[in-house]
This record gives sequence, C-alpha cells and structure tokens, in this order.
Amino acid sequence: MTHVRETKAKIAELKREAPASFLRRYVFSLDHKVIGKQYLGLALVAVTVGMILSWLMRLHLGYPKLAIPGLSTLYPSGAAGGVMTPELYLSLMTMHGTIMVFFVLTTAPFAGFGNYFLPIQVGAEDMAFPRFNMMSFWVTFVAFLVLLAAFFVPEGAPLSGWTAYAPLSAVGKDAGPGQGLGQTLWGLSIAIFCIGQLLGSLNFIATTLDLRTKGMTLGRMPYSTWAWFITSVIGLIAFAVLLPACILLVLDRVAGTSFFIPAGLVISDRLQPHAGGSPLLWQHLFWFFGHPEVYIAILPGFGIVSHILAAHIRKPLLGPRVLIGCMAAIGFLSYVVWGHHMFLSGMNPFSAMLFSVPTLIITIPATIATLLWIGSLYGAKLRFTAASLFCLGFISVFVSGGISGFFLAQPSIDIYLHGTYFVVGHFHFVMGVAAMFGIFAATYFWFPKMFGRFMNETLGKWHFALTLIGVYGIFMPMHYLGLAGNVRRYSAFTDDYMQSAQPLHQFITIAALFTGAVQLLFFINLIWSRFRGPAAPDNPWEATTLEWTTTTPPPPNNFGDTHPIVYRGPDEYGVKGPNGDYLMQTDPAGA
Amino acid sequence: MGKLFALLVAVIAIVSTAFFVMHTWWMPPDVSVLGEGIDHQLLETMTASGVLFVAAQLTLAFFVWRFAGNDPARPIKSFPGGPTPMVVIATVLVGIEVVTLSLVGSKVWAGMYLTPADPASLQIDVQAEQFAYYFRYAGPDGKFGGLHPDLIDEGSSNFFGLDPANDTTARDDIVSSSLVVPVNKPVLLNMHAKDVGHSFYVPALRIQQDFVPGLVIPLHFTATTPGKYEIVCTQLCGLGHYNMRAFLEVKSQADYDQWLKDQANQ
Amino acid sequence: MRRPRMAIFALVGLLGSALLVLAATRPPAAGTVSGTVTYTGTPPKMKPIDMAKEPSCAKQHATPVMTENVVTGPNNALGWVVVYVSAGDQGSAAATTAVRYDQKGCQYVPHVAVMQTNQPLEIYNDDQTSHNIHPLAKDNAEWNKSQPPGAPPIHATYDKPEFIPVKCNVHPWMHGYFIVLSTSHYAVTGEDGAFTLKGLPPGKYTLTAWHERFGTQTQEVTVGDGATPPVKFVFKALPY
Repeated sequence: MTHVRETKAKIAELKREAPASFLRRYVFSLDHKVIGKQYLGLALVAVTVGMILSWLMRLHLGYPKLAIPGLSTLYPSGAAGGVMTPELYLSLMTMHGTIMVFFVLTTAPFAGFGNYFLPIQVGAEDMAFPRFNMMSFWVTFVAFLVLLAAFFVPEGAPLSGWTAYAPLSAVGKDAGPGQGLGQTLWGLSIAIFCIGQLLGSLNFIATTLDLRTKGMTLGRMPYSTWAWFITSVIGLIAFAVLLPACILLVLDRVAGTSFFIPAGLVISDRLQPHAGGSPLLWQHLFWFFGHPEVYIAILPGFGIVSHILAAHIRKPLLGPRVLIGCMAAIGFLSYVVWGHHMFLSGMNPFSAMLFSVPTLIITIPATIATLLWIGSLYGAKLRFTAASLFCLGFISVFVSGGISGFFLAQPSIDIYLHGTYFVVGHFHFVMGVAAMFGIFAATYFWFPKMFGRFMNETLGKWHFALTLIGVYGIFMPMHYLGLAGNVRRYSAFTDDYMQSAQPLHQFITIAALFTGAVQLLFFINLIWSRFRGPAAPDNPWEATTLEWTTTTPPPPNNFGDTHPIVYRGPDEYGVKGPNGDYLMQTDPAGA
Repeated sequence: MGKLFALLVAVIAIVSTAFFVMHTWWMPPDVSVLGEGIDHQLLETMTASGVLFVAAQLTLAFFVWRFAGNDPARPIKSFPGGPTPMVVIATVLVGIEVVTLSLVGSKVWAGMYLTPADPASLQIDVQAEQFAYYFRYAGPDGKFGGLHPDLIDEGSSNFFGLDPANDTTARDDIVSSSLVVPVNKPVLLNMHAKDVGHSFYVPALRIQQDFVPGLVIPLHFTATTPGKYEIVCTQLCGLGHYNMRAFLEVKSQADYDQWLKDQANQ
Repeated sequence: MRRPRMAIFALVGLLGSALLVLAATRPPAAGTVSGTVTYTGTPPKMKPIDMAKEPSCAKQHATPVMTENVVTGPNNALGWVVVYVSAGDQGSAAATTAVRYDQKGCQYVPHVAVMQTNQPLEIYNDDQTSHNIHPLAKDNAEWNKSQPPGAPPIHATYDKPEFIPVKCNVHPWMHGYFIVLSTSHYAVTGEDGAFTLKGLPPGKYTLTAWHERFGTQTQEVTVGDGATPPVKFVFKALPY
C-alpha cells in the first residue's frame, strides 16, 4: 500500500498551492475540477453543433424541396440553390451521430461530471494521475478539432454514418462524395478520442481503487461513483478495441492495405486495387466497442439519477446493493451482445441466436433497476426540483427506450425492424433522451456546488415539462414509422409505400424544432445563473455525500486542511440528524 | 408539480399506446410463407410490451402523484418486501418472456436462415450496386455464365460482367431490373455486391439480408400472393441510398413463363 | 429551211440543259470533307433499359429506351461516331457558345457531346429526380455533382483534350461521353452515318473516327482547290 501513500502525498504536494499563471490555472490545469468543467464546456459546444445538424436534417426530411436560407453559402456544392443534396444530408447525419455519441454522451456524463465529482465523492484531493488527466482533456479537444476539420475539406464531411461500415468507408474517394479526406479525418479523430478516453479511464479506476479516504469502503461509495467506476472499466476495454480498428481503417484508406476490403470491387467504373479483406471484420471490431459504448453513455446516468433521486425522496433507495449489482451486471453483459447489431449482416446466422439470448437477459438487470427506482418512490416524500424532475423523466423515457429494445433483441423480429426508424426511435430514447436527461439532472443538481449559484428553478421546470413533451413528440412516432417499414438513413422518401409517412415526418420535424427552441431556456438559464444566480450554500439539497461536506465551490484540494473521515454509506435519508432528516457520510453520531 | 408530471406521463403513455393498438401506421399485408411466424412473434412481443409499458408508466405516474410533497404527518415507507419483489418480478416475468420468445423466435429464424432452400427452387442471381439491383436468370440453357468484374460495362447493360464472346453459357442469361417470380414457388436468391455493402429488404415478404462484398449469400422465400412489392436498400451505401430500389413482381405461373419468354427474345 | 432552225434549237436546248445540269451539280466548295461511317459484321443487339426504379423517368418513354453504345442505321450506317481532324489542323478558333448537356428522362442527351478545350459546358437536370453526374476524367479534373430537381445548371470546362466517359452516380444505366478536342473541325454521325467537316484550308490532314465500342481509325486526306473525294470509315462489328 506504500504506492497509495506515495500517490496521495504527491497529489497533496501538487495541490498545496494554487498555480500562479492564468494558463496553468484555467487552461493547462492539473485540477480535476477545472478539467471537468473543460470537458463540460466541450460537450456544450458539441451538443449545440450536433443539435443544429439535426435541425437541418429534419428540415430536409420533412420538407425535401425546401431551399434552406443560408445553406448555399455554407455549402455551395452540397446545397446549390439552398436545396440539400443527398450527399450533404448523409454527411450532416454522419457528423451528427459522431459528435453526439462521442463528444456529448461519452464526454459530459462521464468525463465531465465524473472528473469533477469522482475524486470529491471518494474523499481524494485529485485524480490519481493529474497530468494524464490534463492530457486526456486536451487530446479529446484535438480530436474534436480534427473531426470538425472534415467539414472544411474540399470533399466534405464523410457520409458513411457514425458506424462507418467498410468498404464504403475504407476504399477512399471512389466511393463517392465525402469519402475522401473527410473520412480519413474521421478515422484519425476517433482514434485520437480513444487515446483520451483510455487515459481518462485509467485515472478513474486508479482513483476509485486507491485514493478513497479513510472509512470510504467500496460499499459506502455513492451510486454515481460506482457508475463512473464501472463505466471506466467498460471504457478501458471498449476503446482499446476501437483504437486499432480506426488505425486499420485509415491504413486501408491511405496505405493500400486491405483489412476490410475484399478483391474484385468495381466502384466508379474502376476495379479497386485491394484483396483479402473482410467487411464483416470492421463490423465486429466496431460493435465490440459500439455496444459497450452505449452502456458507457447510459450507466453514468443510472448512477447520477440514483444519486439525485435519493436526495429528493428523502429515504434510502430501494435495494442499494442490488442496484449496484445491476449496474455491474449490465457492464459485464455488455461485452457479449455486440452481435445483435449484426443479426442480418451476413455473419453465421447461428450466432444470431447466441447473441440474442444474452441481449434478452440484459433486460433483467435493466428491469430490476427500473423497478427499484419506481419502487423507491413508494412511501417517499418527493421533492420536485428541476433536477429530480429530470430524474423522474429519465425513468419514463428509459422504460420507453428499453421496451423497444426488447423487440430488436429478437432476431426474427429484427428481420422486419432492422434498418428502419424503429431502431432510430429506440436508440434516441435511450441515448438522445435518457442520457441527456441524466446530463440535465446532473447540471441542475451540481451547478450550485460547482459555481456557487443556483440555476433558476422555474425556468428549469418549464425546460423539463416542455422537453418531455417535445422528445416524446419526436421519437415515439418513429416507432410507428418503423412498423410501417420506413427505412432509416434516407435523405428523402421517394418509395411508393413510404408516401403515407410524409405527414408524420413533418410532425416529427415540427416537434424537433420546438424541442430545440425549448433548449434555449436551458442555455439562457445556464449563462444567466453563472453570473447572476442567487448564491448557494454548501449543502442546498440537504444531501449526504462528500461533495456537500465541503465549501461551495470546493477549494483547490477539495477539502481544505482536513481530510474527511467517512462513517456511513450515502443512503442515510429519513433518519434524524443534526441538520434535518439526514445524516451526512462524515457524521460520526451514532456510528 | 407532481400532479402535472403524473398527468403528462399518463397521457403520453396512453396516447402512444393507442396508436400502436389502432395500427394507424402498420406493416403491409404479409405475402410470404414464413411471414406469418414473424407477424405472430411481433404481435406477441407487442402485447407483452404494451402491457408492461402502460403498467410501468402509470405506476410511475401514480407514485409521483401519491408520494409528492413533504407532509410531516405522513411517515416514509419502504416498498413492502424491499427489493426482493422487484428482483423476483423482473427475473420471473422477463425470464419467462425471454425463454418463450427465444424458443418460438428461434424456429422462425431457423426456418429462414438455417434451413437450406428447397432443391427445386428457382435460382436467381442478385447483384447490388450503387444504386440499383439487377437480377439474373439462367436462361433457356439453365446455366449461369461466369462473372468477370473487369468486364462490367453499364453503358451496354453488361451489369454483371458477363463474357458472352467467350462464354456460351452467358449468352442466354437474362438480366432484369425487376425481380419477377412465380407465385407459390420457392425461390433462392444468391446475393452478391459489386462495390460496397447493401441490403435487400422486402417489407411485404418480411425478409431482409445484407449483401457483403466478397461473399455470396443465399436467401430463400416463397411468395403467396401475386402483386408488385417494393425492394429497398437498408444498408447505407452512398449518396443514392435513398433511391436504391427495385420491384418484386409475383406473377401467376403462366404470366411468369410468358415474361421469361419475352425476356429471352429481347 | 425548217431543219436547220430545229437543229439550232435542239443544240441550244442541249447546251442549255447541259449548263443547267452543270450548275445544279455544283462541285463541293473547296475546304469541305464529307463521308460516311459504316460497319461490317454483326453488331450487338441494343437492349431496352428498364427504368422501373425511377417511375418519374420511366413514364416519360412510351416504349423503353434502348442502350446507345452501338446505334446503327440503314445501309450498315454507324451513329455516334466522332470524326475529327487529329493532325494538320492549321488553326481553330476558340469556341464560346456553351455546349448543352441534358439529363432528361434519365438519359444523357446527347449521348455523345463534343466540345473544344475551354469551351463552356452547361449541364441541366430536366427530371423530377436527383442526378449526380460523374465525368470520369483522367487527364482533366475528375468531379461529380448532385443536382436535385430544380437545381441550377452546372457550369464546367475542360482544358485538356480527352475522351471522358460520363456516368450518373444515382442511375447506373445512364452513360454518355464528353469528347474534348483541341480542333473545331469535328462532326458526329447520326443514324445515317454521314459526316461533313467544313472550312478546311487546303492541306494534308489526318482524320480520326472514334466509336466508343469499336475503337478508332485514322485516314489521311488532302484538301485541294477542287472537291475532296468522300472519306469512308468502315468499322468491324462484333456481336459481343
């Protein structure tokens, strides 16, 4: 254990004094709190870009002949005259998916909030490797810039989807517009992103295992810490597979290799000079990462929602150990289900049945978790804040998204629903909505601790109510479209049998624009409150965990002169304590 | 606030479910032999899911309504039995569903993908390319000519890269943009892609299968009702993906024979 | 004295008719070369194009259109042959009028478009569907551009002589050619196989005839002060 003592000593030394220069304090900071905020800032920019891309996409889908004002200035060849060309639609769609999955859903709930609060929640002064931590942010930032650069190269951004299936993504610019330098930049950007995530995951794991303060056993860690810890373990293995996959893809594109390209392909009237590769290999590598990735996107939400809900129901959550066990089970099972994205891919059909069984079994811990949340509400004294409303909304949308997954997990039903809007509705509910609700809840809940001011609760509640209506209006109809056989990733619906779906697409477009407009309430709230929000005390929510024992905002080494000592778990709500109906983790009384 | 939340969730749950129940937007009628199994599976899943969906959302709504606020007179309660009922319900309920659906579903899946085609099937060669499907019939000699990608010349309609100059079996091969089949006869498609990944989806037949460049993938079906049905591509293949389709024409045996004769004479 | 008068009338009549005949069959002006392009052997059968996947185009044609890579006419005439001066050209004026290329009924009209280097080319989409025209240039810049229905025409120029196959990235059956030449002396045969090159100053020239399927042939021709005899190109056609 001497290495733990040494690490703690080194960090204490590092944090003794705040650095002097502006650059060292706010730009190249080693402080996990600054790094967490930097990640959150990056995610905020990314989600804005990703959302605008989705508006452009929906405008085109609802009104394909519409000349969008300003579009021809932005994209003279992709939208001459303002009408979106099919290739521009697909490249906007590719960038929307890539930006949202990587730079929003992996960054905000995990790298952002996790970086800020994991060390504090375990009682440490900082992450185990502060320099790695700083590097991980800047590496992620560079990855984002490389990705955005794809918009500006002559061939444009790639159009092969965030899944970048080979050979379309691997052969180079013969495959069509967007498949030139833009696709190579995509591959490089994601590879760089993987490196950032690997550094981050190492930090989370080492910090959780080694830097917990006295009395903070693993069993006493808050739900959010457990979620971040499990997520970082998943991330370590998943990103370690995506990194070489992207490198191989880039090699196929620039170095003449043929990892993913078989012989005999004729594209643009040219016989392609490749042989021996397998398109299915890319799919296996990608989805081996891709499925754990979606749990990386949602598990922090599980932890955050559980954490926030406990403080708002004023009683312990039902079955804390079971809940954590479910998160771990989901994390473990996430590795054996990737083939459910590939039932119809041409892989051996027998493996479809092998993948289907664990996919259906994952439903069990997910259902248990959902029932535990709902069951926790029984007999509670629910406090309604913007944060808790988003947690309750999370439960609702997670139920919706989870149930549609139940259909897709069965290969025989997937035969009909694969590649349709049913899938789009499913993953947007669980990722685009549930995970986003987790991020919103975390923001409203932890904003006071991070910035010393409250966000406006009235605006927050309006934000919640209108967003809940909006997201159901966008994504529930997609299930109907899928049942009618409406294919996804189409820039227009010219097929005869899809004509009756057009009014529903227009409805979805209007709902999307409405919901996008509602997010202005959040942005305004965020910016206004940062500078003018009412001052917040140290523990505004009367919560029990370590971040609420320290000042608002926390000092550079998180806890000042004394290290916290933990006497109890995070669930002590509904008991008589010195400050109210709760006992903080550091409260020794009656221990 | 709690009442508003409960109301919103309850209304959303009921309205959403209504559209599913009313089949407002629904699958086209099924015209294949194996489609019935899929429809049955889908309806079973939908019924079970629908019940669970409504139950979960309404319970959530009810609990939020009922247990809102901080009335000091009301004691906090724990769910009777603690977490155990949750674990049991989830494991038993979901477990039963998983087992039954897997068992039943595997039969449907196996019938389509793990059972070899009828040896007397009509064999049709399918090529997917950016952005059309082409279908090849063996022609009167009953033999398919060899494929040579370097001989592909679309301007002269040699989509498959046949070599009729040197390969006599290729001379009578019939190439069509539409998939024309006789009704109630088993058909075996041998699917390959010319350039990138594509997929073959016929909602009315309830079949779907990706094309993988470098592989030839078999897919068999039997159509039960004459008519014209759309085949659409569901694997993103480039800018024209949205416009990649063909028509499946299911004809009576007599009409099919006539069509084949007309094609051979072109 | 009647016979001598009739004889004079007959002589005048004869002379007059001879003059008239001579005037009517005016010899070709100096500087024109014309001829025909024909084939021997059996050409391949043209195939009907099934546009089922694009109904908005399919319904523009009462009967399906045929492929155009070997278009023949009466007397074994060969169409879509580009005949041009490949050597000996004493100077061609730059062409400034735009060459128009239409995407109509999901076909390229004309099938073969000839233009001079740096001559403006305008590409129109007259259909209700998106096209993506992709000229497969090797010496010139290769590009492709989408045109949704109603999009403005594409303006392009090519600065190097080249025979450029053109395809549509969305509709695989659409194929054509851009023939970029440095000379202004060219013609394209129709179904009658006939061509005429005008405005050639006296001199020795090499004429090249190009057909997309049957290759190229050359012939030397000398243009003098009088009429140039017609030039015949005969291509060997194979059924496959």
